[in-house]
Amino acid sequence: MTAVVDLSATPRTAARRKLGKGRVAAWLVLIIAALYFLIPIAASVEFSLRGVHDTHDLSTWENLFGQPGFLDNLVTSLELAAGTVVITLVLMVPTTAWVHLRLPRLRRLIEAICVLPLVIPAVVLANGVLVAFRGGPSWITGTPVILALEYVVLALPFTYRTLDAGLSAIPLTTLVEAGRNLGASWLTVLLRVVVPNLRTAILNASILSAAMVLGEFTIANLLLMNTLPVWTVQAGQQDGEVATAASMLILIVTWALLLLMSVFGQRGARRTGRSS
Amino acid sequence: MTVTLDPSTEAGPGSPKPGSPVRLAGLRRGYGQVVALDGLDLDIAPGELVSLLGPSGCGKTTALRIVAGLEHSDAGAVLVDGKDISKVPANKRDMAMVFQSYSLFPNLTAGENVAFGLRLRGVSPAERRKRAGELLELVGLNQHYERYATQMSGGQQQRVALARALAIEPKVLLLDEPLSALDAKVRVQLRDEIRGLQQRLGITTLFVTHDQEEALSMSDRVAVMNAGRLEQCASPDEVYTRPATPFVAAFVGAMNRIGGIASGTEVEVLGQRLVVTQAPEVPAGSKVTALVRPESVLLTPATAGNVRVARSSFRGPVTRVTVELADGTEVDSDLPSSAAVDLRPGALADIRFAPEPVMVIQ
Repeated sequence: MTAVVDLSATPRTAARRKLGKGRVAAWLVLIIAALYFLIPIAASVEFSLRGVHDTHDLSTWENLFGQPGFLDNLVTSLELAAGTVVITLVLMVPTTAWVHLRLPRLRRLIEAICVLPLVIPAVVLANGVLVAFRGGPSWITGTPVILALEYVVLALPFTYRTLDAGLSAIPLTTLVEAGRNLGASWLTVLLRVVVPNLRTAILNASILSAAMVLGEFTIANLLLMNTLPVWTVQAGQQDGEVATAASMLILIVTWALLLLMSVFGQRGARRTGRSS
Repeated sequence: MTVTLDPSTEAGPGSPKPGSPVRLAGLRRGYGQVVALDGLDLDIAPGELVSLLGPSGCGKTTALRIVAGLEHSDAGAVLVDGKDISKVPANKRDMAMVFQSYSLFPNLTAGENVAFGLRLRGVSPAERRKRAGELLELVGLNQHYERYATQMSGGQQQRVALARALAIEPKVLLLDEPLSALDAKVRVQLRDEIRGLQQRLGITTLFVTHDQEEALSMSDRVAVMNAGRLEQCASPDEVYTRPATPFVAAFVGAMNRIGGIASGTEVEVLGQRLVVTQAPEVPAGSKVTALVRPESVLLTPATAGNVRVARSSFRGPVTRVTVELADGTEVDSDLPSSAAVDLRPGALADIRFAPEPVMVIQ
């Protein structure tokens, strides 16, 4: 009897050992990756906290908001993020939903088009926009509006893929037809049926787009626009600690947005009883 | 329980308001080379429940979706109350549909789902809540007002979908195989509930199904479709006992095909003369095929019987016994299980037919 127990336990023990080794390897990879990301961040935070005579204080952070141009550029970047998110969603939510409903065969083509900004260099995009809007209305050219339009294009890959995944996860056709059948116009269907059921996808797309805008430097610099990343690079040429603190602020805002995304996503799932 | 579906009237559960007549006139619809509807004509009387029954691809769902305004027809018209609504968009047709797949809005509770159509019609929040509660009570789910779709079973979701459809007091109720995703027990229970409600409320209803048992048990009339055309539209009893075409005879219920000899208004099958529903256009003495229901085939165990039992299948109160004729043709017989005890595979039996009119094809 004992022999039987031993025999049956042996493979289990081996399997447990194998599982244990796998876990250790996984944790090791995770720790190395975490260190790879966290050490530079920790070094930057430490650098931004350095005071005189090798002491550490919050003086750089306290002075950050008083730096010339900082607040203006922060506001510009936040406005750009908000504008980009609004334009992108207004453009992409109905378009993606329509493609799912009426033009499903075009999904691959639309996806390919939306992914293009990832493979087109920023310099090409910036020059293309400048050429396209040469002689355009003054409220676009020379104002952050042109940058917002550029960012809408840059946000397409995140937005389309996120919304596409969200729409694929719901029985869109049935829900839309049920809404229409109950008396809803197309606009009402969009606002009361599609949007509420895409809440998490819309939130994800918004936050990814906003995070992209808050960190984008190349195109803003090429178009000679003053945004927070541009200001940070310029400030870095005179005061490295201030520039580092500004970079950390952008990072904190982005992380806060990601945290919000996670919290709202979980709350939405809890509310409707869905697991994902 | 008091349910008032129309606050402008004193109507209650026992006093239905009259439904609307519906006419489908020459509906045609094609998808490339495929003809989904080939001139469908159908009249539905006010308060009547008509089932569109047919095999997959016969055009029944296309017809329903055209009535709902979710698809357009290439030709023909849909008339409700005598008015052509073919050009009216789906959201203005005053119809409600219960879908095959679960269609509750996942972001809304059961009560909010039921109130959705009322909200679009400008009903006040208090009134919405009251009426949604009443409708949920009508379908036996008043305790589920705050539940989301994912917190309910399939049967409960379809009940809520039915309540949501009834809440807007539609002129026409459209049911697109609403029971097909449910398990057998719930399906039978819910079909009786739907029929009961439909009769009580007097709503003109078009019901699409491929399940003949559902169609026969729920409908005032059954419209059997094949290849985009209407084969027969009649009461369930008539469709079953007096099928108008060989397709209906074969599709509705089980049917044996047994060789016989035509003889005017009769056909001789295995030595027994049976009256035919319609005399075949062939000379007397021609070989024909008689269509005979399994329940019209009677078997008696006999040691010198003329047929041999090939197999038998117990189905509760009825046992289906399959016998093999001398020419190798297999014939099914549905017998009370108590009468089929001695008809085991290999046993011999005498075969005869109930004296009922049979359909004959060439």
